[in-house]
Amino acid sequence: MFGLEEDWELDPPARYFTLEDYEGGVARWCPGCGDFGVLTAVQKICRDEQLPPEKVVAVSGIGCSSRFPHYMKTYGFHGLHGRPLPVACGIKSRRPDLQVWVATGDGDCCSIGAGHWIHAIRYNMDITVMLFDNNVYGLTKNQTSPTSPQGLKTNTHPRGAWLPPLNPLQAVLGFTNCSFVAQAVDWNPPLLHAVLEAAYHHKGTSFVRILQRCPTYTDQVFHHLQHDPAQLLLLQHEDGLVMDEKIARIFPNKSGHDPSNMKEARAIADADGGEGAIPVGVVYRDPTRPIYDEFTTVGMGMTADQKIEALGQELDRFAI
Amino acid sequence: MSYATDGSTAGTVGPRTQVREQIVEIVSDSGEGAQKAGQAFGAVCAKSGCGVWTVEIIPAEIKPPARSRAGASGIRIRFGSKVITNMGNEADVVIAFNEQVLYGRIQQGAYRKGTRIFLDSKWRKDDSPQIREAFETAIAEFREKGFIVQEFPLEEECAKLIANPRVGKNMFVLGLLTEMFGMNVELSLAEAAFLFRRKGEEVISRNQDLIRAGYAYGQENAEVALEVPPRELLTSQIVVNGNQALALGIMAAGIEVVAMYPITPATSVSHHLGDSFFRVGGLLHQAEDEIAAIGFAVGASYAGKTACTITSGPGLALKTEFIGLAVMGEVPLVIIDVQRGGPSTGLPTKVEQGDLMASLYGAPGDAPKIIMAAATIEECFHMVITARKLAEAFRGPVLILTDANLATGVQPIPRPEPREEWIAPPIDSSPWDPNVTAYDWDPETGLSPRPVPGQPGGEYVLTGLAHTGDAHVAYDPDSNQKGMEMRSRKLRALRKTLRPPKVHGEESGELLVVGWGSTLGAIEEAVEAARAEGLSVSSVHLRFVSPMEPGLKEIFERFDRVLAIGIQYTDLDEYAPADPTTDRRRSQFASLLRDETLVDVDSWSQVHGQPLSPGIILDVIRKNFSQHSAAAGRTQP
Repeated sequence: MFGLEEDWELDPPARYFTLEDYEGGVARWCPGCGDFGVLTAVQKICRDEQLPPEKVVAVSGIGCSSRFPHYMKTYGFHGLHGRPLPVACGIKSRRPDLQVWVATGDGDCCSIGAGHWIHAIRYNMDITVMLFDNNVYGLTKNQTSPTSPQGLKTNTHPRGAWLPPLNPLQAVLGFTNCSFVAQAVDWNPPLLHAVLEAAYHHKGTSFVRILQRCPTYTDQVFHHLQHDPAQLLLLQHEDGLVMDEKIARIFPNKSGHDPSNMKEARAIADADGGEGAIPVGVVYRDPTRPIYDEFTTVGMGMTADQKIEALGQELDRFAI
Repeated sequence: MSYATDGSTAGTVGPRTQVREQIVEIVSDSGEGAQKAGQAFGAVCAKSGCGVWTVEIIPAEIKPPARSRAGASGIRIRFGSKVITNMGNEADVVIAFNEQVLYGRIQQGAYRKGTRIFLDSKWRKDDSPQIREAFETAIAEFREKGFIVQEFPLEEECAKLIANPRVGKNMFVLGLLTEMFGMNVELSLAEAAFLFRRKGEEVISRNQDLIRAGYAYGQENAEVALEVPPRELLTSQIVVNGNQALALGIMAAGIEVVAMYPITPATSVSHHLGDSFFRVGGLLHQAEDEIAAIGFAVGASYAGKTACTITSGPGLALKTEFIGLAVMGEVPLVIIDVQRGGPSTGLPTKVEQGDLMASLYGAPGDAPKIIMAAATIEECFHMVITARKLAEAFRGPVLILTDANLATGVQPIPRPEPREEWIAPPIDSSPWDPNVTAYDWDPETGLSPRPVPGQPGGEYVLTGLAHTGDAHVAYDPDSNQKGMEMRSRKLRALRKTLRPPKVHGEESGELLVVGWGSTLGAIEEAVEAARAEGLSVSSVHLRFVSPMEPGLKEIFERFDRVLAIGIQYTDLDEYAPADPTTDRRRSQFASLLRDETLVDVDSWSQVHGQPLSPGIILDVIRKNFSQHSAAAGRTQP
């Protein structure tokens, strides 16, 4: 019957997780905040992948988006401004069984934590990093961030931001051992979900920049993109991201660039924020890059007896 | 000078004078191998059964200009027929590769009248008339000061064996010292074989020839023929410096992750770990900066793995925000601060005990944490094991303070026997009791069990925000007050388990000297010398500075005067008389003791970048007594 073998047995998993198993209370972001969409996408991926909640750790720094772990019903680490990446790497270093999601903002990652950003990309540990980029400091009430557009009026630059914004894609593609770079927008949930899913499945540090609206301070910065999808460039490739046609047809501009091609990836990133269209999708992906996890997990299986014996030999090296 | 009747020792020509202890220095320009030779000689002394303490003489630069007065690089080896706990006072015998580097040592008071200085004679024949003149001037000046200066053809003798004597003379010196003090030359040859084990047979045998040549030179030109009888050893020994002891302690404690960033003088801990940590399954992570180093360790610990970070003063300053988070989020963590001179870059290679207040109060807000201080090289080993356990039991960071003196001092210590209970148990992945919150504080002790990622039902968010017992962000005033109380009570709970410190000397008397950290050996030696002179002085030495060991007030009150001694800054009246009740800034340690006991603790300390010698402390004690009796005399009618 139904094409099943006769000896087929029902063997449901002992635990089945629903969305509720990842939902940790009511988020206290402003109504209309783009963070809600990211939270939902991550919770859905956890559900789809049936990740045991106790094996998921959400790590963040400080900022609006860094409240993220509080709204996941998993383990979480809401640490210091700019420092989620060292913590995430430390968590992952000896716990390859844990799935680590990092929530960081444009101030957290690209400003105060920029030093760690460079090195975390180079370590290329198997973690997923989500840069919630709303182009402004929201939690501290409207100061210029490194990604604020030139001319944006904020409390620290009331006559408009002086400098052109830092381009995170351009930066990250310049860091040694970068292995996964993608971009998504909070107002297109299926695309956001697909990009984060691809990031989750990547072995290594997957860096996803999410253009995310702040309804309070930068409601208008992505207005043109929202209302004119022609200003976005959908990146589709069988080794990157392939969107459902129903979604893909929203985007008049598409690129079929090969995400393993760093040169093309850099050209696409260079256009972002300049004259060209804003890319969405997987910009760069190289699953063959070395991951630091291979080194950090060495020796994890040693028993106490083995350690005592080895220590005895170490002490003997100093014996007289 | 009396000669022993039976001075015949293997390999010596004449009778040898027996002495209880000797202090030898080898001083040179950087890169001439003095430290290597001295460490090898220290090992030979230790293997001969002597108590040993070696201390490196380190310039701040890697290669300061040759023949510069402040550029002395070298080593002091103090050895004797007893346990040696400090660098001692003035040197007895000095081997100098040039005369200029001696000026710096003389200025530091390292030598006395009668100190024998053996100086390479090659400068007398140097091509440069300036150098020849400087050499002769120096020798005249040194003799004027009462040093016994003797030239010897060091490089000339070495040149008979090797093309470039500059890089081989250190082994000649090792052979010479071996002979001077009647040690067995086979031990020195074995040290060379060990030192050059990775460089091949040819290098080993060339260096051994140099040792034999130095030894033979000593036999033929015996100016010094001394012997330091061995002490009785009851246990097997290892020879380590404080940083090696820390590295071994980290391995013995079962710590799995050490994250660090290079900083002097802490870095050499990571060298030893880099060499060996993987053998016990450990991970040494060299992070991109000091902040990332502690962040990585905090992350690993949050995930249930025992973790440690190692630093020195400036690094400690950078780590303070994370230390505060570890206190707030109650993350077990061992933090080791190998102190150096401060503030700012200060004296990077030199000793100071100036990080006391920074370690206690460095983090913003009230961040109570456990702070211990190792007083000996042996304690550097055992304190890590204790700290690891305390960090877990009390769920928070534990700081261990050592310093540059312990870091580079080399001493034989009893070989520890590794035990299973020293090693951290594997992490618990069993389901978490749903009735227990993430911070289920015991109201009396503030202690709580800790859920670890992987435990189903224990999911919580560690946050640096004020939080409630169930790890939710606190939006009410009472929760913040309660959290602060709970974290503070942990120190009170620990203090209840501590014993009052032991008094060294009589339990009561006129003067009590109080110390902490690496000054232990020098203080106790000075106190014993002062007691032998009839002065009523005792000492106590603290291992715990937060919480402070109990019973201090009671001990202090049994003495007329209490004096805190250490290597940190205090206003000394010699320089600028001050009103002691208002103007005077006391040492950090004295201030803490006053706060703890409400006793009028006086302070004497200095920041010369050098370990305190017993002689300096003895002078301070004597002066304290003479000033006191003078003051008492004035008040009499």
